Amino acid sequence: MSDDIVNIEVDGEAVEARRGQMLIEVTDAVGAYVPRFCYHDKLSVAANCRMCLVEVEKVPKPMPACATPVGEGMKVFTKSPKAIAAQKATMEFLLINHPLDCPICDQGGECELQDLAIGYGRDVSRYNDGKRVVKDKDIGPLVSTDMTRCIHCTRCVRFGEEITGKPQLGTTDRGENMKIGTYVEQSVDHELSANIIDLCPVGALNNKPYRYSARAWEMAQHATVSPHDCVGSNLYAHVLRGTVKRIVPRANESINESWIADRDRYSYEAIYSGDRLMRPRVKENGAWRDVDWEGALAQAADVLKSADQDKVALIATPAVTVEEGHLLSQIADHLGTANIDHRVGRRDVSDQDNDPMYPSLGCSIAEIEQHDAILVAGSNVRAEAPIIAHRLRKAAVAGAAISFANSSVYEYLFDVANYLSGAGLVELLAGVAVAAADGNSLPDSVTELCDGVTASGAHKDVARSLAEADRAIVLLGNIAGRHASYTAVRALAAAIAELTGASFGGLSEGPNSAGACLAGVLPHRAQGGENRVTAGLDVASMLAQAMDAVVLVNVEPDADIHAATDAVARLAEQAFVVALTPFVSDALLEAADLLLPTGTFAETSGTYVNVEGTWQSFSGVASAVGEARPTWKVLRVLGNLVDAPGFDYVTSVDVRDEFVARLGEISTSNAYEASGRIAKVNGADAPANDIDIPLYSVDALVRRATALQLTDEAQRARAVSDG
Amino acid sequence: MLESLEGKQGKPRFKPPFPANYGLYGKPTTINNTQSLASVPAIIRNGAAWFAALGPEGSGGTALFSVSGHVEKPGNYELPMGIPFKDLLNDVCGGVLGGRKLKAVIPGGSSCKVLPADIIMDCTMDYTSLQQAGSSFGTGAVVVMDETTCMVKVLRRISRFYMAESCGQCTPCREGTGWLYRMLTRIIDGKGEEADLHKLVDVANKIEGHTICALGDAAAWPVQSFLKHFHDEFAYMIRNHGRSIVDAATDAAA
Repeated sequence: MSDDIVNIEVDGEAVEARRGQMLIEVTDAVGAYVPRFCYHDKLSVAANCRMCLVEVEKVPKPMPACATPVGEGMKVFTKSPKAIAAQKATMEFLLINHPLDCPICDQGGECELQDLAIGYGRDVSRYNDGKRVVKDKDIGPLVSTDMTRCIHCTRCVRFGEEITGKPQLGTTDRGENMKIGTYVEQSVDHELSANIIDLCPVGALNNKPYRYSARAWEMAQHATVSPHDCVGSNLYAHVLRGTVKRIVPRANESINESWIADRDRYSYEAIYSGDRLMRPRVKENGAWRDVDWEGALAQAADVLKSADQDKVALIATPAVTVEEGHLLSQIADHLGTANIDHRVGRRDVSDQDNDPMYPSLGCSIAEIEQHDAILVAGSNVRAEAPIIAHRLRKAAVAGAAISFANSSVYEYLFDVANYLSGAGLVELLAGVAVAAADGNSLPDSVTELCDGVTASGAHKDVARSLAEADRAIVLLGNIAGRHASYTAVRALAAAIAELTGASFGGLSEGPNSAGACLAGVLPHRAQGGENRVTAGLDVASMLAQAMDAVVLVNVEPDADIHAATDAVARLAEQAFVVALTPFVSDALLEAADLLLPTGTFAETSGTYVNVEGTWQSFSGVASAVGEARPTWKVLRVLGNLVDAPGFDYVTSVDVRDEFVARLGEISTSNAYEASGRIAKVNGADAPANDIDIPLYSVDALVRRATALQLTDEAQRARAVSDG
Repeated sequence: MLESLEGKQGKPRFKPPFPANYGLYGKPTTINNTQSLASVPAIIRNGAAWFAALGPEGSGGTALFSVSGHVEKPGNYELPMGIPFKDLLNDVCGGVLGGRKLKAVIPGGSSCKVLPADIIMDCTMDYTSLQQAGSSFGTGAVVVMDETTCMVKVLRRISRFYMAESCGQCTPCREGTGWLYRMLTRIIDGKGEEADLHKLVDVANKIEGHTICALGDAAAWPVQSFLKHFHDEFAYMIRNHGRSIVDAATDAAA
């Protein structure tokens, strides 16, 4: 038997445990429940709540299961009279100063203290002195506080210290006056901050926008997937009579662990925003009027049918579901056009034939933290994918050398090995590539880009850390993806990876860039990644030419389109623009001629393929707002009306199944090979701020989530954009 | 102390790991009382046998007694371990203040269990003797109390200290020390109930042995021992709505 295994006894049952494991992990594994408050499997051990005291043979005092390492021959009793007496004693102490306000506490019904008080509390309190009252704190628009309810488990404190690296909450004062707070009054702002709501075992930290709007037990819980970034964090929507009341994490160790970003949690507010388009509208002689669905769809179909096939444009975003993409691409095929694209953020498509079948991270999300060296280039990763940023931080804390190459400097809450900045991305990466080559020959594609470039000490440090690591990866971010010379950026990054033996990958935009690519929402590739015989127009080219009909699928032209400038004005000049959209905005009113109300992610079923290639399907969780219809249903009817064959799907599952059956083998390869030598970029490498999209501006939902827009982060971003 | 040196809040660390394995900044650290370290040079110079011979078996060396309370000559005295308490009180400290009668002694700092006069007068001041008597040697801070002392008020004073000194980290001490203090205050305010006496001991028992550091035990032991040896005084005060048994005796004498 291995030395690492010890034999212990839990409540009389023989159990094997790893040496050094804490008792509570072992008792949890064998299902011997020990009550706890301060212990959390993602946080360090505090052993301060004293709820998990258990009896250990030959030890006179009861021992905290969370902080007692197992030892050979240890006999543990989790439910002996001594253990239960100790647990009940702790519960009595916790309850003496805890308010009896469960009926008006949002935590009521899902409170760890309430639940355990049933098992370990008394029916009558023996405490008849005055209870403690603690002043509430204002820690921002996301998290409400009722600090009198706090039981000082310090999970929220440890979350800041260990998970985000931004220790804003701490304890002040001593003894029974000890309190949790920020010391100097400030908001708790980090892109993952609201996870402290779930960590808080009592009702001290709660969901501020949700406050007093529903009770835990009257809501139905539906699984769904985050639509905000390429991670696809797993969520539960808590729904009351068809209305989403709040979003909480759905634990998935391989994707988001037990965390979600704040924007995943609060973007649901946008579903009920005043900007929702409630019924179809048509513009006639410059004036808008409501129309019924039948008339609106018929008009859209007429426009599409009568359009010249080369002058039809279909534009979606990377938030399009696999099902919507499949329908859209079939409609394009039927209409005889290849002018279909979802890459609203990509400015440089010159090298699109060398794109991988779908953009991928180059490793699984969980594998990020197993790397020893990572270069993240062209990315504001905390805004682009907070969960990826969290994984990077975990890697850094474990000792990995994480370097960045970016025109601007973004704050990271860990030790950054090297931060290359202050120049264009191409210039920065060329330096690293030259350093990586170390006098040897560079790949032919980048020789011209690197011509005359000398490597600085920092460039050499980055190259060395990648080359010397057992496991290294070069990741491109969304800023790189939007770069005016993406071709050069990608070729250089791929060259660095090749020269240093690192793997190569990147973040993609929106929740479903991968799915949209596979579904053929691309001008140069058909479904399944095959090159089209004749490539259609990309987003910028479609907008630059006169079209007979443009269909926007959930696109906000003013905020989502970075591939072209003046998107709104250019759309307004087009003959006829049909916009499928959940929201109405000034930009859409100007750009479009027909508005069709579609559902948000919560009102539709669908599938996203995330950046590691995981397919995640979800159902609609909420009732439609107004006359909004799921996008896939609108496209299905539109397909019928333009006489596209085979559009007789009953459910979105039919659409997906058909797509999957046709898809064939998917290549996960991220290998990049340039078509030839890439020319110097000449001016296209200037640092561009407008390609960095702030944390709370990434999509239509986030832009309309009231609480998120009230955060310091959003206000700072607005101040910058307002100049 | 290690936490404070690292610039953190002065809160006890959970052990294990012990400082000898994982101490200051995670490095093995030896941490001892000043008195222990101060003895080292003398032991090196004169040998271990010399040191051990200064006191009785099991309690070698000298101790610094810090005698306070109702004695004629309070002060700090370095004396051999094992000195009879009787000698410490009468010969060294000049006897009980004003020649009054001794009531009780806390032999080693406020956390040690109190011993009534009849027990302490037979003790020698060393680890073994005091432990056998139901207390402990503690720090050598001897608190002497004469017959005019109200034990309820003394206990409240001690409890207030532990309430104030609790760091607040772990539950039983954070919540329990305040509870003890408030119950005692209520008794002194004349609002005590018979049930409070049992409750005081019960709450103290629930703190003892359940906390991260020894402060929880230190808060519990005085309560347990005062109620064990002077239960009557507490019961009297509750029955008489806050009137101390000491005041009653003085009034009767007057």
